[in-house]
Amino acid sequence: MNWMAWTTPSALFFTGIGCILFAMTCWELKSPCVARKGFLPITTTRGDRLFIGLLSSAFIHLGFIGMTELSIWLPFSVAVVWLFIVMKWG
Amino acid sequence: MIKPYTNKAWYLVLPVFALVAFSAIIPLMTVVNYSIQDIFDANTRYFVGTEWYREILNDTRLHDSLVRQFIFSGSVLLIEIPLGILVALMMPARGPGSVVCLLVLALPLLVPLNVVGTIWQIFGRADIGLFGWALNSLGINYNYAANPMDAWFTVLLMDVWHWTSLVALLCYSGLRAIPDAYYQAARIDRASNWAVFRFIQLPKLKNVLLIGVLLRFMDSFMIYTEPFVLTGGGPGNSTTFLSQTLTKMAVGQFDIGPAGAFSIIYFLIILLVSWLFYTAMTHNDGK
Repeated sequence: MNWMAWTTPSALFFTGIGCILFAMTCWELKSPCVARKGFLPITTTRGDRLFIGLLSSAFIHLGFIGMTELSIWLPFSVAVVWLFIVMKWG
Repeated sequence: MIKPYTNKAWYLVLPVFALVAFSAIIPLMTVVNYSIQDIFDANTRYFVGTEWYREILNDTRLHDSLVRQFIFSGSVLLIEIPLGILVALMMPARGPGSVVCLLVLALPLLVPLNVVGTIWQIFGRADIGLFGWALNSLGINYNYAANPMDAWFTVLLMDVWHWTSLVALLCYSGLRAIPDAYYQAARIDRASNWAVFRFIQLPKLKNVLLIGVLLRFMDSFMIYTEPFVLTGGGPGNSTTFLSQTLTKMAVGQFDIGPAGAFSIIYFLIILLVSWLFYTAMTHNDGK
């Protein structure tokens, strides 16, 4: 595994993504979701909302890193709250 | 009889998933790992956190290539998609003429990318190239190696020459798939040619156009070989696009860390724009 140059933070990150995908699969098997319309301008399924949430979270991080000197934990908390909002009401 | 409904068909996707994992997902994860470290050699690397991202996001050279890249991809889409539709509409539907058209259209797609660059590099030269020589003989001062506008014009023309065929072929196949009944109904209603195009052909072309737009966007956003061979990114930096800046950084200077961070940002932009195109063109399907 050395060629992949793993670090603890990146390993945690990918484990987190993996866990989210696994949990979403279990959730979907247990109670299949129905596409619906929330505050986002398009009809979305649960997976769509996760994708939108994660992609926008990435840009939230980039915005904070590019424009401010603040700690990475701040955009991380913003992203978590945002992901929750999108998943619940998006 | 009601057919049993299961999700077992998803298992059939597993081989593809394994292949994609090896060809895309694992390399991408490696790039993420690179992007947060300062790497000197195989055994000497230091964790630097978000430092490379901060450096890349504030690098004006990259902002410039990003702007150029968006202008280039935008122009490519604005020219190639309408032109491709137009070519497809003008092509004969059947008979030997259609075969000849298809063959001619397929030719540019068969030429390797670096050969396309070389063809246009020679074609555009003022001394021995037919195109450059003809323009200069007409009194137009054309030199793609010295004038940024000429370089842009040549790179765009080259891309249009190379890839409009793809859009045209996709649209042609889409047009042939429209049943005759639609046209008969339109004739009964005495619909004009424009109405036929607007309300029958264009809606029916939507799916192939979606593929066309996505392919052309992703491809033009990643363009490397053709401008590299034709202009080498010059004159100055006027035709240096993102992938060329990235290659310089990763292979030329061997700055694996910043290049990794750059690749991730590049990837996120492509993902975002492709998703926007896809959503914009499909979100009305269910209604």
